[in-house]
Amino acid sequence: MSTVKESSPDPEVAGTGAYTWTGKSRQWFLRHLPPDKLLPEDQPSYVATWAYVFGMGAVAGLVFIIGSGVVLSLNGPQWYHVSSLGHFTNSVHLWSVELFFMFMVVHLWIKFWMAAWRGGRLLTWITGMVAFLVSIVTAFTGYLLQTNFDSQWIAFEAKDALNAVGIGAWFNVANLGQIFMWHIMLLPLAVGAVVALHVVLVRAHGVVPPLDAAGTDAQLRDSNGTSPEPEANQP
Amino acid sequence: MSRIPSPMSRRKGDDIASRPWRGRVRDYDLFKELTIGVVVVGLLVLGLSAIFSSPDDPGVTLKSWAAAAPSDFVATATAELGGTSGTAGYGPPYNSTPDASQHLGFFNPQELSGVRLPVDTANDFVINPLKTLPTPPAALATWSAATADQQTKWTADYTTALSAAPNGDPARVANGNYGPVPALTSALLGMANSGNLDGVLQNSGQPYNLDYTPTILFLGDGNYFPDLATTAHLTGDQWGVMNETGNTPGQSWLWLFSLLYQIEPYKSSPNADILVVATMLVLSLLLTLLPFIPGLRSIPRKIPVHRLIWKDYYGKR
Repeated sequence: MSTVKESSPDPEVAGTGAYTWTGKSRQWFLRHLPPDKLLPEDQPSYVATWAYVFGMGAVAGLVFIIGSGVVLSLNGPQWYHVSSLGHFTNSVHLWSVELFFMFMVVHLWIKFWMAAWRGGRLLTWITGMVAFLVSIVTAFTGYLLQTNFDSQWIAFEAKDALNAVGIGAWFNVANLGQIFMWHIMLLPLAVGAVVALHVVLVRAHGVVPPLDAAGTDAQLRDSNGTSPEPEANQP
Repeated sequence: MSRIPSPMSRRKGDDIASRPWRGRVRDYDLFKELTIGVVVVGLLVLGLSAIFSSPDDPGVTLKSWAAAAPSDFVATATAELGGTSGTAGYGPPYNSTPDASQHLGFFNPQELSGVRLPVDTANDFVINPLKTLPTPPAALATWSAATADQQTKWTADYTTALSAAPNGDPARVANGNYGPVPALTSALLGMANSGNLDGVLQNSGQPYNLDYTPTILFLGDGNYFPDLATTAHLTGDQWGVMNETGNTPGQSWLWLFSLLYQIEPYKSSPNADILVVATMLVLSLLLTLLPFIPGLRSIPRKIPVHRLIWKDYYGKR
């Protein structure tokens, strides 16, 4: 049976062809995340300092954390005690976590001094902070999964803080099965989702301009000391 | 009259931070940067892993404890039997010891959560494991038949006698009426030495078990396990929260959490844990919601580190 499509009576979407949930969602995404924003080929001239590499460094660190974590998961928690390849994979997991945090903390501080929440970038700041906090919990559960002396001691010491705030039974640091689930499923899902949202928000809002920047950089001198043409080379 | 938002505000307005950039642009290749980032970080990770590896000090078992420090094992087993160990008096979630939980004024989440992981140290750590032996010690019947007061007196007297004995050695304890306690703790030591106690305490009668709570709590009640942690600079007063065994960096990002435990009023408070966690939660919330907080959000303008970050930009103005 065929049906005839009537044109949309909704003035909001008239002429756009978007009269379904799917179509309206497509319009929303295209409006807020056009492909040239999502995958840009240029950036404002002020995006030209090493300060910008640390966010990407953290993402690269996360790539190695997930990759080495998947290999460790496939072989089970005892593997790295008995295999030299397993031990090396464990080392890769550890050092990528250390670098991930180093990059993330430097990135966080730089974004603080940039006051990078300006101009409607509040959610970008908040998702960045949430990514940092959830990553701390995720790393903590990883230390509990070492199945060695360190993890035994951390379990004994850390139980007090968790019990004191009443969550020790659901986040029982001495229960390997429970912590395994937190570390390899629940928390990585949370970190992955928050980091993905953070990156999309960065693309959607663009990189925050310097404090007190003018509307264009017509006031800037070229390296040879001359002022550029106003509005020259606009995107 | 419309209100002009602060230039440090999070709000979207008609300012430069809110509008699309209209100035000059530079070439940028997102995928190329990502690829370079992954290659550079990959080389760093592989290099650090090859050079520094990762620590893996073997875990402690009840068997290794019994072999290395039998006197400490017996003293701890006596405390578990008499209900005087750290775990026995811990409170929720392990038991309902009165006034043992931490609280912030009237707010007591530890008590509110209830006894979720019940642990009866005498039965769970000593009596029930001994009952699983092929020939359970006859002293079990004596213990079970005694009143609670009698049991407490036996264990208290034996604890005192062990403390007075040279090196706490059970073989050199002064004569006295300790009832079945020496026989029970000695049988448990034998069980631990044979490696049998590790399995019995962990498996709870089930073929599969991933819960090491009883073993960790029993180990922590003694001195042997904490002493090993002290040697490995892992205890709380050694900033152990952010340390790893050996010289490998640990969770250094927990430095502030660890610092709070070293200073007053946290250091000597009976509610140190809940105070530290509450402080960290408040500080984390403040940093997360910093764009809402006038004064704090203006720090980047007052201390112009941004002029260093965008040195090139400001240098050309």
